[in-house]
Amino acid sequence: MALVQSHLSPNRPRERRAIALLGRLSPGALAGLVVFLVLCVPLIAPTWLAPYDPTAVSPNEIFQPPSFHHWLGTDQFGRDMLSRLISGTHVSMSLGVVSVSLSVLISLPLGIASGYYRGALDSVLMRLMDVVMAFPGILLALIIISILGPGLANAMIAVGIGEAPAYTRVVRSAALGVREQSYIEAARAIGAHDTRILWRYVLPNIIQPLIVISSVGFAVAIVIGSSLGFLGLGAQPPTAEWGTMVSEGRTYLRSQWWISAFPGATIGVSVLALNILGDALRDVLDPRLRRSV
Amino acid sequence: MLRFLLPRVAQSLLVVFGVLIIVFLMLHLVPGDPAQVLFGDAPVPKEQVEAVRHALGLDLPLHVQLERYVRRTLAGDLGRSLKTNRPVAGDLARAIPLTAELAVAAMLLAIAGGVVFGITSATSHNTWLDSGVSTVALLGISFPTFWTGLLLIWIFSIKLEWFPITGQHSLRHLVLPAITLGWYAGAIIARLVRSGMLEVLRQDYVRTARAKGVTEPRVLVWHALRNALIPVITVAGIQFGTLLGGTVVVETVFARDGVGRMLVLAILQKDFPSVQGAVLILALAYTFSNLIADLSYGFIDPRIHYT
Repeated sequence: MALVQSHLSPNRPRERRAIALLGRLSPGALAGLVVFLVLCVPLIAPTWLAPYDPTAVSPNEIFQPPSFHHWLGTDQFGRDMLSRLISGTHVSMSLGVVSVSLSVLISLPLGIASGYYRGALDSVLMRLMDVVMAFPGILLALIIISILGPGLANAMIAVGIGEAPAYTRVVRSAALGVREQSYIEAARAIGAHDTRILWRYVLPNIIQPLIVISSVGFAVAIVIGSSLGFLGLGAQPPTAEWGTMVSEGRTYLRSQWWISAFPGATIGVSVLALNILGDALRDVLDPRLRRSV
Repeated sequence: MLRFLLPRVAQSLLVVFGVLIIVFLMLHLVPGDPAQVLFGDAPVPKEQVEAVRHALGLDLPLHVQLERYVRRTLAGDLGRSLKTNRPVAGDLARAIPLTAELAVAAMLLAIAGGVVFGITSATSHNTWLDSGVSTVALLGISFPTFWTGLLLIWIFSIKLEWFPITGQHSLRHLVLPAITLGWYAGAIIARLVRSGMLEVLRQDYVRTARAKGVTEPRVLVWHALRNALIPVITVAGIQFGTLLGGTVVVETVFARDGVGRMLVLAILQKDFPSVQGAVLILALAYTFSNLIADLSYGFIDPRIHYT
C-alpha cells in the first residue's frame, strides 16, 4: 500500500524535475512549446482535424478566398487549403522526425568512436567531415537527391545524412570532454569495460548536447525539407507538403495570394517556435552555453 | 605567419581533393549502371551504352577513372551536358558571374545591415528599437528564403511595382534577390555584433576612451566595433557558405540563370555532368571563402598568433 501511495504521490523526483523545468522556461519558450505541441497533433493524427479530404479536387470551388466554409481558401484544383495545410503538417513534421532520427543514429556511433577512442580513427573521420562539410547548407542534401532521385522518402534520407556531420561534431566534442573526466578514470580503475563505460557514463553525458542540437536541427530539417519540396525535389504532387504548396501557389501570387502565404507562414512560425524552444532548452540543459548578454 | 599559412592552405587543398573524389563518386553511387545513368530513362540500344562506357572510360578500374577525372577537371574539362551537349565548363562560365554577383551583393548587404543594426541595437539596449531589430533578425532566421523571396516580390514587385519580378541584367534586378539571400546572414551578424558590442562597451578601455573625451561615434567605431568584429569574420566566412547554398533557392525564385538554378534543373533533368560541375564549383567557392576568412584574422587582430 505504501508503495502504491508513493507511486501516486506528486512528489516523485522525476515529475518534480519536469515541473521545475517548465517553470524555468520563459514565456516565449512556453509559446514555442505550445506551437510545437499543436504541430504534433497532425503528426500523430493526420486526418483528425482536417475538415475536407486534402487531395479531393472540386472544380466548382477553385480559387475561393478564405471564407467561413474554407477558412484558408481553396487552391487551383478547389482543394481545401486548411485540410492541405494540416496534411502538410503531418508530412513536414514526419520529415523532421525521420531525418533528425537518422542524423542522430549516424552521428552517435561516429562521434563517440571519434571523440572517445581518438587516434587514427578520429583523424580520418574528422578529415572526412571536413570534406563533407565543404558542401554548404542544402548542397549535401541536393547531392544525395541527385543520387537517389527526387521524392519525399529520399528527401528525408538526404536531409538526415546531410545534417549528420554537424551532429557528429557535437557528439565528438561532448565525448572528448567526458573522456577526460575523473569518473571515467575511476570506472576504468575498478575494471569496468568499454561497453559499460560508454553506456553508463559517456552516453548519458552526451544526451544533453544531442537534445539541444536535435531541437535546432529539427527546425533546420523542416527548412531544408520544405526547400527541397519547393524546388520540386522533395515531396511530389498531389502530396500536400509545406514547400510544394508554396511552390504551387507561386503562379497565382498576383491574385490568389493565400495559396502560398499560409503554408509559408506556417513554416516560419513553426521554425520560429522550434528555434526559441531550442534556445530555451540549451539554456536550461546547459547553462554554460547561455548567452552572456 | 608562413608557418600558419602553409598548413592551412595544405588543409584546404586536401579538402579540395576530397571534394573532387566525392563529386567523382556521385555518378558511381547512383543505383544501376553508370553508363546507363548517363542516358537517363530513355531506352537505348546495348551497343550504344557499351560505346559510351568505353568512350568515357567507365570500363576502367575505379582508381584509373578517378585519376583521369582529376586530370580532366584540372585541365578545365568538366564533360558535356547530356541535354544540350554543350561543354559544362562553358555553361558554368556563363552562370558563375550571375551567382557571384548575387552572393557578393547579398554578403555585402548582410555585413553592412548586420553591423549597422547590431550597433543600433546595442546602443539602444532594452528599448523598442532594440526589440524591433531583434524581431526582424528572428524573422530572417526563421522564415525560409523561398518564402521571404515571394513575400518581397508580392510587396515590392506586385503591389508597389518598384522592382521587376524576375530577370538578371541590371542592378534593379539584383536588389530583391540580394535582400532575400542576405537577410539570414545579416540577421546572424546583427545578433553577433549586438552581443559583441554590449560586451565590449563594458570594458575598461572604452570607459577610459570616454573619460579622455573621445567622441561617441569614434568610441563606437574605433574602440568598440574593431574588437566586436572579430567573431563576425568567422561567422561571415561560414555564412558565405550557407549563402552559396541559398543561391540554389533564391535563383529559382527569381529565375536567375546562375549556378544554383543550373544545379536544380540538372538534377530534375538527370543531367549528371552538369550536376557534378555545379556542385564542384559551389563547394570550391565555399572552401576558398573559408580559407580567406581564416587567413584574414591575422590582419585584423594582430594578437592572434598562428600555431
